[in-house]
This record gives sequence, C-alpha cells and structure tokens, in this order.
Amino acid sequence: MSAPFSIQCFTCAKCKRIFNASAEQNAMVINNSTGAVVCQGCAEPGNTSSLAPYLQMIQEATMAIPKHVPVKPRDLEAQTSQTTRQNQQAAFTEKLEFIDSSKSPAIPIYRVTDGLGKFIDPAQDPGFGKEKSIRIYETMTQLNIMDRILYDAQRQGRIAFYMTNSGEEGNHVGSAAALEAQDLIYGQYREVGVLMWRGFPLEQFMHQCYGNSKDLGKGKQMPIHYGSQEHNFVMISSPLSTQMPQAVGSAYAFKRQPNNSRVVCVYFGDGGASEGDAHAAFNFAATLDCPIIFFCRNNGYAISTPTTEQYGGDGIAGQGPGYGLHTIRVDGNDLFAVYNATRHARKLALSNKPVLIEAMTYRLGHHSTSDDSTTYRSADEVQKWGSGDHPIERFKAYLMEKGWWTEQWDNEWALQVRERVLTAFAASEKIQRAPYHEMFEGVYDGRQELDDHLAEFGTHYPLDRHLKKN
Amino acid sequence: MALRNIALLCGRTRGVLATRGAAHFNFQPTEAPKEYGEERTKMNLCQAVNNAMDIAMATDPSAILFGEDVAFGGVFRCSLGLKDKYGSDRVFNTPLCEQGIAGFGIGVAVAGSTAIAEIQFGDYIFPAYDQLVNEAAKYRYRSGGLFECGKLTVRATWGAVGHGALYHSQSPEANFTHTPGIKVVVPRGPTQAKGLLLSCIRDDNPAIFFEPKILYRLAAEEVPTGDFMIPLSKAETVRSGKDVTIVSWGTQVHVSLEAAQLAQEKLGVSVEVIDLQTIQPWDEEHIVQSVKKTGRLIVSHEAPKTSGFGAEIAAAIQERCFLHLESPVARSCGWDTPFPHVYEPFYLPTVWRVFDSIKKTVNF
Repeated sequence: MSAPFSIQCFTCAKCKRIFNASAEQNAMVINNSTGAVVCQGCAEPGNTSSLAPYLQMIQEATMAIPKHVPVKPRDLEAQTSQTTRQNQQAAFTEKLEFIDSSKSPAIPIYRVTDGLGKFIDPAQDPGFGKEKSIRIYETMTQLNIMDRILYDAQRQGRIAFYMTNSGEEGNHVGSAAALEAQDLIYGQYREVGVLMWRGFPLEQFMHQCYGNSKDLGKGKQMPIHYGSQEHNFVMISSPLSTQMPQAVGSAYAFKRQPNNSRVVCVYFGDGGASEGDAHAAFNFAATLDCPIIFFCRNNGYAISTPTTEQYGGDGIAGQGPGYGLHTIRVDGNDLFAVYNATRHARKLALSNKPVLIEAMTYRLGHHSTSDDSTTYRSADEVQKWGSGDHPIERFKAYLMEKGWWTEQWDNEWALQVRERVLTAFAASEKIQRAPYHEMFEGVYDGRQELDDHLAEFGTHYPLDRHLKKN
Repeated sequence: MALRNIALLCGRTRGVLATRGAAHFNFQPTEAPKEYGEERTKMNLCQAVNNAMDIAMATDPSAILFGEDVAFGGVFRCSLGLKDKYGSDRVFNTPLCEQGIAGFGIGVAVAGSTAIAEIQFGDYIFPAYDQLVNEAAKYRYRSGGLFECGKLTVRATWGAVGHGALYHSQSPEANFTHTPGIKVVVPRGPTQAKGLLLSCIRDDNPAIFFEPKILYRLAAEEVPTGDFMIPLSKAETVRSGKDVTIVSWGTQVHVSLEAAQLAQEKLGVSVEVIDLQTIQPWDEEHIVQSVKKTGRLIVSHEAPKTSGFGAEIAAAIQERCFLHLESPVARSCGWDTPFPHVYEPFYLPTVWRVFDSIKKTVNF
C-alpha cells in the first residue's frame, strides 16, 4: 500500500537548496561531525554517511502510522480465531458543533398491538397457535395470582419477605417464550414469569419463600431469590447488576464451544443500569462479541426513584449504540412486541452480536413488602397504568378475539389457580427447615462448636422448626 | 416539624416495615449524661439520626445529604422531612450507583462542602470500596496534607434484622478497619447515634457510620434535643463488673448486657460490658484498664469470627495485658459463613452463646 505520508524532499542545512527525496536521494548525505543533512556540494569530504538507510527507516515509520485511519488493535492475534475489531472510522469536520442529545428524537418504542390488544400491522403477528397462546396467558395469570397470595402471606407474617411482578407479566413471558430452554438466564429479582414459563414448579416457588428443607437453596437466602440449574436460571442474588458482567462471561464461554447453540439473556432494571457493573457488562459484551441479550425492564422506578432522577439521556436504549450494541426499545406491556424483539435479538446474539432490549413497562406493585409506594407516587398514576395498557388485559383481548378464551373460563381458571397456589402454599408451610448444619455447607467448618453449644443450650433455639441431622 | 410528624409516620408505616418474629435481644436504654442537654424527648434510632442530620444541615450551610431514595425520606425514613426543609439541592437522590455515591461524596468534600453520603445497605458498600479505601482514606496522606476529604461521612445500614439473609444483614466494619485513614463508628442506641453521627460529620476525617437497622424502630429512649456530640475514639463502660470484660458494639451490646445479667443471676459472675463505639481508631486504653481489672476478655460481634475486629482487639490486648490475663481472650461471634436466612437464630452470637462464653472463660 502507498504511504499517505512520505518524506517528499530535503533541504540542505547549508545552502538551503531543496532536493527530491526519492529521485535525488544520492544527492544528499549526512555530515558526520554535525549530524546535519547536506547536499554533496556542501559536504565535508570524507566525513559523510549515506542517507539511504535513514530514508528507509523514515519511510517505514510513516507507513506504519497511516493518516486518519486508527490502528487495528488486534493485529497480533490475527492468527487466532478471534474476530478482529475495526473501530468506527470517523471523518473530519471543520464545523465546531456539539451533539446536543436533547435535540435528537428518542429511540422509538416498537409495538405490535395497541392498548386494546389489536394488531396494528398484522404482518407483525408471530402467529402463536391456540396452545401456545393459552399457555402464555395461563402463565401470566398464574404469576399474577401467586403474587397476590404470597404478598398477603408476608403481610400475615407467614413468610419473611416478598416482591411482586405486577405489571411486568408481559415482559417476562414474552421474552422467555422467545428464548430456548438451553439458553442461560441471569435475573435481577423481578423475573419470576421467566422462571415460571420454563416450568419451575409452583411448589418450588413456595418452598423457596418458606426456606424449608425442600428449597433448592436450603433456606439460605431471602424469599424470591430463586434459581434452578435444571431450568438454566442462575440463582438470584440481591446486589444489583452484579449478574451483568457474569452473564457476559458465560456468553463468552458458550461462544467458544464448538457449534454453540446457546445465548445468555440477562435481566436488569432501570435502576440497576446505573451501576458500574452495567457499564462493564455492556462494554465487555461489545468488545468481545458475546452471544448475549441485555434485557432492561424499565418499569419507571427504582424503589422511590423515578427514571427522571436515574438518567439524563435517552433511557437505557440510548446508551446501547454508544457501546456498539444492537439496540431496540419495545413496549414491555405488549407481549407480541417483546416476543418478536427477543426472537430477533436471539438470532443476532447467536451470531455473536450482543443486543440491548429496553422494555418500557410500569411497576404496578410496591418495590417489595418493605415498601409503601403511596409515599412517593400518586394513586392516580398507578390506577392509570393498571387499568389501561395492562399486559394481561391486552393479551386476553387477543385470546378472546380469536375465540380461544371466554370470560367464564377466565373466572374458572382464576379459581383453579388460586386453589392450586393455596394448596401448594399450605403444604409448603408445614415442611420443616433443613438441619441447622446446612448453614455450614459450602463453607469452612464450625459446626462442632455449635453442636456442643446446642447440646447444653438447645432449649433456647427453634430446633423444632428444623429437621434433625442424619 | 420533624419529630412529631416522624413519630406519626413511623407509627403508620410500622405495619409495612414490621420484621417477622421476636428480636434476639431486648434493647437496654441508657440515660444520657446531663452535659448533653437537659431537654429531652423520646426518640427511636431512626428519629435520632434524622435529628442529627437536621442539626448538621442547620448549622452548616454547605452540608448536603444524598444517596438512593433519600429524597422521599429514605427506605428507613431516616431522611424524612429534610428535603422539604432544606431544599432539593441539598437533599437529593443519586442514580443507583454506590461507587458513584462514594466518589461524588469525596469530590464534594475535596471542594470544601460537607458530604453526608448514604449507602442503603452496608451489604452494598462494596462497589464503593475502591473509592473509600484507595481514595478517601489516602487523600490527605498521599498529598502531604494539600488535599483532603475530611468533610465526608458515609452512613450505611448495618447488622442483623431478623430475616435479612446474605445481603441485608452484614456487618462489614472489618473490611474498613484494615485501612488506615478512615474512621469507623457504630452506635448502640438513639443517643449514641445522634451524638456520634454529629461527631463524624464534624470530624476532620472521612468516616463511615454504620447504623444498626434492627434498632431503628426497636431502640427508643429519652434523647437530648439540643446540639451535642459524643467524642470519637472513646469507649463507654455500659455495665460495671469485676470478673469478666465484654467488648462489643451496636446491637450486640444489648445481647452482651443480657448475657451479663444472666451470668450475675446464674453464676454469680460480675461482668463488665463496654461499648467500643468507635471501632477505628478504637479506645485501646479504656479496654486495657478494664482487662487489667478483670483479667478476662470476651469480644462479641455479629460479623464472622475470622478476621473480624475481635481478632484485632484480641491481638492488641494479649500484647498489652498478657500477664494480667487469667484466660485466653475469647471471641463470641457470627460463624464463618455468609449470613444465612432461616438459620439466623443459629448463626448469631445469641445471649446463650455469649453466656456460654462467659461460663467457659471463668472456668478456664
């Protein structure tokens, strides 16, 4: 390739004549005593060196730093299978102009149905059959009912804590239905519908909330901190957004498997997106070309903090392109839109193009049973979102319109689910907790000291709530 | 405005924020010394913290309070009414980012304004660790005193709450006591919370103030209403005794007091209980004098035993009081496990574990 830069000419240090560097290179020499570049006429006889080797060096040096084209950072690794990245090429401009992001239009919200559940562009209908549609609806409503019952259970002091998913049923089930069973999920804490779609049994949700001996986590974590290896859903942890870079790492590991068919989908909220871990995750995913879907549930609040206090730009979607992520913003209460976007995102991710989906929705419930949202938002606001634009209502309208569901079945179904949930609940409540030694499982020992202490003072402890050690 | 309204609101929200089941201790109120002020009113720990911040902001126009959800009053209601009183430029929500809160707070302090930075749960202080340990603690030292962030106080909730499990129960003080340059303080009740917090805010050094969340509602006593400060790096003997010394802090002081009472009744052993108050720099001299008197020491804290601050106290005391000791320094602490959910009653150093420790110590 020709060098954009090259040494065109030299000026003789003494007589100031100009010589063409390539055509007249032998006309120039270096004066050994002074180091100056001079013409043959001005040279000290017998005390000069040829310029040729230096011309070569300069030529090579200037060729290695091409004008305006940034250096490819991974030249050394071109031999490996790693895809090499080209940073974006930027043109020059002579206009002094700052980008004022407030002047750019916000990224539009992709939707498929309107607020009443009617398709706007029928071509966008993913064409769920009757069976799938009913399964989707049943999952959303089961979640909704289970949430109400477990929330009340906490109020009654039966379980220690609970978080509802109210208003986000469309988010959960729409995305979960678009993923494959082998895809790995990392959640934040408000994605129960995803786990439910995958088949996590109702009883298991209860066991986890009660922390009894049948809980997969053996009662070590607070309620709603679910996880299931069988369902490819990584155990929830309370710290926000820590799951994000982890998800990227898992995606990278999958990428390296021959014939990889798995993507990772990581969920987080509008608040969680402010954590440093979110930045790390976005950046790593983009620079390392990971098969990952970032699913942001923008539900308007992080406990009491509204999104106006969470970010200054165009939401979370607005950040995506900045990192180099394929980005879309969707109507999170439109199950079809969530489904379509996630389906497409999955294809992109599987070809190692990480994707960011920002699903706009609304948190109808309190942040948790430790929160009273009436202290920071109006009942009118909640009412508005709860009555119009509810994901379950919108999907129900579609089902009814197809003739696959009726109001009567709806009532019967609700009763059926309620009974099922309450039965599972009552059964779970009776099951004892695991032996207290479980506390020491997975860490260093200390149990002998506790055994000795309990041998003498055991009557002061709730041993009757725990199974005996084998 | 503040106190009466807070009382009403706290009363109304009690149902919402109620913890399940009985606590593992009984709060033992203390009577504030006369020099803190004659006029008193009943306050719980949450109200005492609110009162301290109110006074700090009233007396220091540069003081600002920020963190997650502080604007509406905070998830524990500690900042209730402050935004309305001082304005949203002084009391405001930050985005959800602990590393940002800490870094921002340092910067506020470097610029000469008083920063009261809230971390919602001590369990979530770790993203801020780099800023606190590598920056805040080292600011003055590394600049030869040219720059400092002494006007920074970080408040974080702390300790067991009955059902908090791994991420709503931690006592992370030992992660910070290992870093020279930053102070660590834990109050045992409302009076201490108010006086110590005011000291931290006004102290010329960056400080972390851990607030035992289980005491927010549970701990109520008559607290002086005026502007008073409790000195940092001064321990307090809460119960005098002559046979065994227990050093503790925060909620565990009350557990230790109960164990001490039990020891008196059942074993006829006289136990001295000391509240360390400032964990770092700690009042070593006060403990030394007590141990020289009793010859036996137990350190008790909720945090896991290994590398907990009890280990530091044990090492220092055996250095200073070796020939006075009648038994090894004992530590009655949380087990070396993450803080478990349903096993909390077995995890904590309960009244019975501390009593057990007293028994073993005197029978050594």
